[in-house]
Amino acid sequence: MEQPEQELTKVALPKTPRRDVAPSWTGTTVFGTKNVSIFYGSFRAVTDVSLSIYENEITAFIGPSGCGKTTVLRTLNRMNDLIPSARVEGDVEYRGEALYAPGVSATAVRRRIGMVFQKPNPFPKSIYDNVAYGPRINGERKKAALDEIVERSLRQAALWDEVKNRLKTSGLSLSGGQAQRLCIARTLAVEPDVVLMDEPCSALDPIATGRIEDLMHEIKSQYTIVIVTHNMQQAARVSDRTAFYSVLRDEKSDTRTGVLVEYDRTENMFQNPRDERTQAYVTGRMG
Amino acid sequence: MAVATDQQKVDLREPRSWRRAKSRIATVAMVIAFVLAIIPLGFVLYTVISKGASIISGQFLTSSIPPSVLPANVGGMGPAVLGTILITALATVMAVPIGILAAIYINEYGGNQFLTRFIRFMADVMTGVPSIIMGLFIFAIWVIHFGYSGLAGAFALGCLMLPVVIRSSEEMLKLVPAALREASYALGASKARVTLTVVLPAALSGIVSGSLLAVARAAGETAPVLFTIFTVTSANPNVFSGPNTTLAAQIFANASQPYVGAQARGWGAALTLVAIAFILMIAARLVTGRVTQSPR
Repeated sequence: MEQPEQELTKVALPKTPRRDVAPSWTGTTVFGTKNVSIFYGSFRAVTDVSLSIYENEITAFIGPSGCGKTTVLRTLNRMNDLIPSARVEGDVEYRGEALYAPGVSATAVRRRIGMVFQKPNPFPKSIYDNVAYGPRINGERKKAALDEIVERSLRQAALWDEVKNRLKTSGLSLSGGQAQRLCIARTLAVEPDVVLMDEPCSALDPIATGRIEDLMHEIKSQYTIVIVTHNMQQAARVSDRTAFYSVLRDEKSDTRTGVLVEYDRTENMFQNPRDERTQAYVTGRMG
Repeated sequence: MAVATDQQKVDLREPRSWRRAKSRIATVAMVIAFVLAIIPLGFVLYTVISKGASIISGQFLTSSIPPSVLPANVGGMGPAVLGTILITALATVMAVPIGILAAIYINEYGGNQFLTRFIRFMADVMTGVPSIIMGLFIFAIWVIHFGYSGLAGAFALGCLMLPVVIRSSEEMLKLVPAALREASYALGASKARVTLTVVLPAALSGIVSGSLLAVARAAGETAPVLFTIFTVTSANPNVFSGPNTTLAAQIFANASQPYVGAQARGWGAALTLVAIAFILMIAARLVTGRVTQSPR
């Protein structure tokens, strides 16, 4: 977990590694968590998660339902704050700063760390206003600047050609895959440092899923991506590193707590996992 | 088209049985209940229209209220129309913003604190308070000290509208999907931003139609205005001081008169009031419909 001092700006690292080879270097640490446990009330949902997430990589969280993947993901941009009973113990560091330190504004955190949700959730506004929403709340008022941001974001999300002639129509009129790419464009419009994706393809068909996976590869040179997925093939296809979570059952109280079982480069996780449980999961014998 | 001869014929019809009979009975009972429910409604509309339609005219809506002894073709309900519009508008201006803000507090900010539950409970209690009590209350705390005025009537009507606006707005805010709020938060929006730019626009049509229904109800209230505006026959465009009048109050005053002309003018006022309520209901429908028609 020991990391050298890092500046907040992105350092010049070799960019765009080829998709089939995970980087062998250890890049800049974006997130470092140490013994993180997350509680809902008195219920311990996830326990003792320690991992580091590196810049310009795609990190996948996999594991069976109820293992706390999404909970950990939502801890990374303080979305769990919205649940009144949720509480985080342990250290979560983002570029060396403690995310849960007093005085840290969840709003400021979320401006740097964006999130794409499981179900596409465009606002009931026009396509243009959906993408311009983030820049606008950050104070951008100039029409020309907004136009440029909207076009750039929609291009990055590979949606521009499909919607450029109907930017004024409702975001709700798009198909599921388009709506999800709109949500990605909306997230990219605020130029975040990190994009968290919570099962972004689970509501989409294979073609739309493929588009979004291609998109992830295209944008990863500029962003750090963390993705939760139920689909192991997807994790194998897109990610550089994979974290496997599992569930610990307490027979006495019948509570289930998520644990991080193994975290490694994706090819190691799928080809020769160290933990039996990972082996069982990735070969489909469990979960 | 080949027919499989060895296949047994399947009977998919509902078997004749007690179950079928029960279904028939229930259907008939529901039709009867519907007809029974529609009868009083139809009679009210029929009576009001048949007795009031002949007297209604542009002149009736604007000219002054004559002495009761004069026949039906003289004068009109101008002062009452004016008073109804002014007093109801004033009540709306007071009650709707407060009601919507209270609903936003309850639903977005309050969480499950004591204050939230207290406001919600009090709103429920206020909904059940008879309107005449609201009139008495304003009479006791306002009219005794400052005299009769349209403003006092607006206070009473506002008190009646407030709980309805709070509860209907709260229901509408509850319907806004959590996913929309999350999407906004994830872009770094503050709570105020989320509420103003996402939650309120999404709930707006419901809030507006709920408020319009509250306005329509308040416009027709009689008991609370009797105590607070004194019901005069002269026009008083100054709602802030001096006795005033409304259609509902005039209906009450005219109905207790022995003169045929006054009674006819009362029916005219009743039809005018029904028409105003009808227009507000249609407006509420249009506002709701416009948004429901948009995709998803």
